[in-house]
Amino acid sequence: MTRLNARIPEGPVAEKWTAYKSGSKLVNPNNKRKLDIIVIGTGLAGASAAASLGQLGYNVKVFCYQDTPRRAHSIAAQGGINAAKNYPNDGDSAYRLFYDTIKGGDYRAREANVYRLAQVSNQIIDLCVAQGVPFAREYSGLLTNRSFGGAQVSRTFYARGQTGQQLLLGAYSALSRQIAAGTVKLFNRRDVLDMVLVDGKARGIIARNLVTGEIERHAAHAVVLANGGYGNVFFLSTNAMGSNVTPSWSAFRKGAMFANPSFTQIHPTCIPVHGDAQSKLTLMSESLRNDGRIWVPAKMKDVEKLRNKEIKPSDIPEADRDYYLERRYPAFGNLVPRDVASRAAKERCDAGYGVGATGVAVFLDFADAIKRKGHDAIDSLYGNLFQMYEQIVAESPYETPMMIYPAVHYTMGGLWVDYELMTTIPGLYAIGECNFSDHGANRLGASALMQGLADGYFVLPYTIGNYLANEIHTPRFDNTSSEFTLAAQAVTDRLKQIKNSGGKESVDHFHRRLGKIMWEYCGMARNDAGLTEALYLITELRHEFARGVKIPGGLDEYNPEIEKACRVADFIELGELMVRDAQQRKESCGGHFREEYQTSEGEALRNDDEFAFVGAWEYSGRDAAAKLHREELQFNEIKLSQRSYK
Amino acid sequence: MNFTLKIWRQKNVTAKGEMVSYDVSGISPDSSFFEMLDTLNQKLITTGGDPVAFDHDCREGICGTCSLYINGRPHGPVKGVTTCQLHMRAFKDGDTIFIEPWRAKAFPIIRDLIVDRSALDKIIQAGGYVSVNTGGVPDANTIPVPKEKSDAAFDAATCIGCGACVAACSNAAAMLFIGAKVSHLALLPQGRVEAATRVQKMVACMDKQGFGNCSNTYACEFDCPKGISVANIARMNREFLGAKLFSEKERVIKESL
Amino acid sequence: MFLYSSITKKVLMALAGLFLVTFLCVHLGINLMLLKNDGGRAFSTAATFMGTNPLIKVAEIVLFAGFLLHILFGLVVSGQNRAARPTGYARSNSSDTSFFSKYMFHTGIIVSIFLALHFCDFYFIKIGLVAPPAGIAIHDFYNRTLLLFSTPWYSLFYIVSFIFLGIHLNHAIQSAFQTLGWNHSKYTDAVKVIGSVYSVVIAIGFSIVPIYVLFFLNKV
Ligand SMILES: Cc1cc2nc3c(=O)[nH]c(=O)nc-3n(C[C@H](O)[C@H](O)[C@H](O)COP(=O)(O)OP(=O)(O)OC[C@H]3O[C@@H](n4cnc5c(N)ncnc54)[C@H](O)[C@@H]3O)c2cc1C
Ligand code: HEM
Ligand code: SF4
Ligand code: FES
Repeated sequence: MTRLNARIPEGPVAEKWTAYKSGSKLVNPNNKRKLDIIVIGTGLAGASAAASLGQLGYNVKVFCYQDTPRRAHSIAAQGGINAAKNYPNDGDSAYRLFYDTIKGGDYRAREANVYRLAQVSNQIIDLCVAQGVPFAREYSGLLTNRSFGGAQVSRTFYARGQTGQQLLLGAYSALSRQIAAGTVKLFNRRDVLDMVLVDGKARGIIARNLVTGEIERHAAHAVVLANGGYGNVFFLSTNAMGSNVTPSWSAFRKGAMFANPSFTQIHPTCIPVHGDAQSKLTLMSESLRNDGRIWVPAKMKDVEKLRNKEIKPSDIPEADRDYYLERRYPAFGNLVPRDVASRAAKERCDAGYGVGATGVAVFLDFADAIKRKGHDAIDSLYGNLFQMYEQIVAESPYETPMMIYPAVHYTMGGLWVDYELMTTIPGLYAIGECNFSDHGANRLGASALMQGLADGYFVLPYTIGNYLANEIHTPRFDNTSSEFTLAAQAVTDRLKQIKNSGGKESVDHFHRRLGKIMWEYCGMARNDAGLTEALYLITELRHEFARGVKIPGGLDEYNPEIEKACRVADFIELGELMVRDAQQRKESCGGHFREEYQTSEGEALRNDDEFAFVGAWEYSGRDAAAKLHREELQFNEIKLSQRSYK
Repeated sequence: MNFTLKIWRQKNVTAKGEMVSYDVSGISPDSSFFEMLDTLNQKLITTGGDPVAFDHDCREGICGTCSLYINGRPHGPVKGVTTCQLHMRAFKDGDTIFIEPWRAKAFPIIRDLIVDRSALDKIIQAGGYVSVNTGGVPDANTIPVPKEKSDAAFDAATCIGCGACVAACSNAAAMLFIGAKVSHLALLPQGRVEAATRVQKMVACMDKQGFGNCSNTYACEFDCPKGISVANIARMNREFLGAKLFSEKERVIKESL
Repeated sequence: MFLYSSITKKVLMALAGLFLVTFLCVHLGINLMLLKNDGGRAFSTAATFMGTNPLIKVAEIVLFAGFLLHILFGLVVSGQNRAARPTGYARSNSSDTSFFSKYMFHTGIIVSIFLALHFCDFYFIKIGLVAPPAGIAIHDFYNRTLLLFSTPWYSLFYIVSFIFLGIHLNHAIQSAFQTLGWNHSKYTDAVKVIGSVYSVVIAIGFSIVPIYVLFFLNKV
């Protein structure tokens, strides 16, 4: 029944990758020059892949919507990157990293891929250091590690609160080197709007030049998607304003399957929404939970007084505070995984105990830590975060507790890929956050950066060769062929249709409405009735958008509104798929919490017998419901167990 | 809060631009500067106007996309923050706010407040990297790096490539940006290997892009949202002179004499 | 000259500038000898020494070259700087930075005008290009100086020029160090202070002579 074949190599999990590499086909250097590869995205995944492929000798074209590759949203990652180096000698190993990642993902990821990720993690650190990434060091001059996201070993490498920036600058410099060498050609300020298939294989893309509005056709022997996550389907998220799903979605429409779309990570420590004009949310690093204590008032009358500004948080006596994480999870306390911490905050706020002007926020209090460690120690650990908070909220966390609330942060779901990172369309690959591969239903801190770079530097450059070895006789593609002409025409028609819809409301208006629906019904907690309601609302929104959006300006000029409109149109369709996926998965796991499936204590209740599978959706037309395929997950190395943080 | 905005409007590179006045009202002091502009644009769109184009992406001060010249200062009146981190409480109710694009020959205007900063990428392509390949590198702990050096390299590496230094400089010089990039790699043993050729190539490229010369006015340091120090410019000058004076003949790059 | 990189140009300017800075020291020393109430003997001896010593002759050529180089590069650099921003801002930069540093070109031009005049009045006479005023011998710099400075407008112009030179130097000295790459967390502050002190000393030092001639010489 299923078309899904993950093509996992035979043999014990620890030897699969070595076995694969020894057995895969190679392309000889002379032939590489004749092969073209398109890479969409210049984040950690895209930049590292494009640089590595260029270095191997392929002809690479790389695309990004920003003005320069180094502004991809990977730049915003704060906390760090994991690797199983075991420098601190605390018992880490590839196996442990593998184990933690599978367990952290609530047993919904594929063992073989995750093991490979853990295996190549060390090479990433070596390479980044050689590129000049200034990771934190000890006085000995050697690298230092910290423990992150509740891990029991210290395996996180970091560069102050700007790890993503430093890693991206490293990958960007490698990419720049290849651009200078002529192996990679950069196409910045391009919006990739469609995939082009020839005889069922990915052979090119259609992009819009954002400056001139020109519709461009680019042909290649293979296409690599590295366009990041789709958290912006919620309108408010910690993603960049331009983050979008469009390249993945166009691949989906052309036949690539989309896996686990409803698996989203809601990060517990973000700055709360201030009002209706809010345009985006800012993450406060997870590391704050190492020293901050999370609480809300235990008594309703204090909540009201706080809201009326009659008392200050510090006026509430210790006995009248509810440190709800410490209360519910004595073993892990404030350091429970992200999904658990987020849901607990929502539970308190829903019960009416939220703080702040809007009532949707909880306190993250450093008073104890300041008393214990001293002002200076806290400053050296979190100074820049406190400053950033103060800049946004105009309150000093040294004086009054921070206010935080969960926000959409990462999307575990994405294009379905096999062991080689190829989607269900031959020649179309997906790497980084835009695939579904390694994090199951919940991602652990500091492992997205690891995955992006692992895919780009150390996995794809091998696996793509196995495909391209069969393409050396395929001549360069002609981008005037009928397939390209048709695809370009379809894109132009779609743009015109959106432009001429003749409505009155701005794109943002629809985007905000979509976000509200998604957050309300497909956010931190979901239930069947709500999801049914959401499906109805989204369909309605889709129709309204088609008739009601207003796009000023022309198509052949710089026009941010048409840019946004294409993205929102795709987000609306994606939203529908997410809801269907959430409805289909009648269990709770990781970031996916179905209220109907919880333990008596309100914890997520997995159903391994029926749902230990990857849900991969196949497009079946705009107005038809997508079709679900299952990839059953085999756990040979790890025994499934209930996560417990009590 | 209410504001009068004077905004530079220009259709494309070749069109003539002008300052246009707009009023916005009912802005929360907790709104960011961009949320204030969003409000203006929403109004312009629904009333048949032409929304103002400006560059922005992460809106949290790290990607370096945002680039507004506000009341005579790149990134506005608050020191050490990017435009996207600027909040309306930094202004007084009723203020008139001038909003202009970065101005430099090397940064042609694309539309309204958006400029093309690819010149900075070209400079990195000229040599702002360590020439290592993926694979075949030693273990990360093989070469210890003194903590002070690594910290200083980090300080330089925090540059977000926004170009505010160019916008602030009375000569539209890009020396702070390039100084930061050269310093970051020159301070690390990994980057030392190519330091002499790197600085020459990057300076040659910088000159080709049409940036001005450094008068050591230090407006760049003052307006840099990441507090990059001009000591990095001096370090680059030192690296450059050293490369010219002490490199072997064949390693002196002629284009940058 | 246009071919040199921006850093090289600035380095050459800085070297020439620092050379001029040392020259100013010597020149100031000689000028101050005027204050010695010995009928100009010390001053004249020094002036004659400066005029006849072969080493000084060589230094003179270097000095000229230094001026020329500094001025020419100053013009080129300023021209390029202007070209780097073809369209200005409606609101010009209001960053809180060194004010004088933005006017190096302007102060430089004023100093150039002064220099031109100064050369006419002294140097060109010395080398015989221009005839000295009636009644004063070619090498009688003492009386020539006294004569000039007793004209109030000349003294005023002289003083104003040196104030501008002081302003020029105020930024110039630490700037030259920065250009040459001598920026160090331990010493840079000291360089800035010394530079400022030096610029004040030059401005005041050179102004003392005309003030002395105008108000004090032969009046007590
Ligand atoms: C605030 C924040 C903090 C984080 N902190 C951490 C952390 O500490 N540790 C960790 O491991 N992970 C962290 N993450 C997650 C991690 O940063 C991301 O998952 C990862 O960087 C994604 O990398 P990527 O290369 O897949 O995509 P991105 O970096 O998002 O890059 C996407 C690329 O695709 C291009 N693109 C997208 N759409 C189009 C289009 N239509 N046309 C052309 N180009 C397009 C973009 O231009 C861009 O170049 C954090 C994420 C956020 C948001
Ligand atoms: C006795 C006379 C002079 C002295 C001692 C002097 C000294 C200096 C010094 C030390 C600098 C700093 C160089 C640097 O930043 O690297 C400088 C800069 C400069 N000088 Fe002079 N100078 C003198 C006369 C002039 C004249 C006559 C001009 C005429 C145009 C001039 C124009 C400039 C300019 C434009 C700069 C700034 C260059 C820049 O930073 O962009 N100077 N000067
Ligand atoms: S040096 Fe500062 S102002 Fe210049 S580009 Fe870098 S961050 Fe921006
Ligand atoms: S928008 Fe990213 S730094 Fe301002």
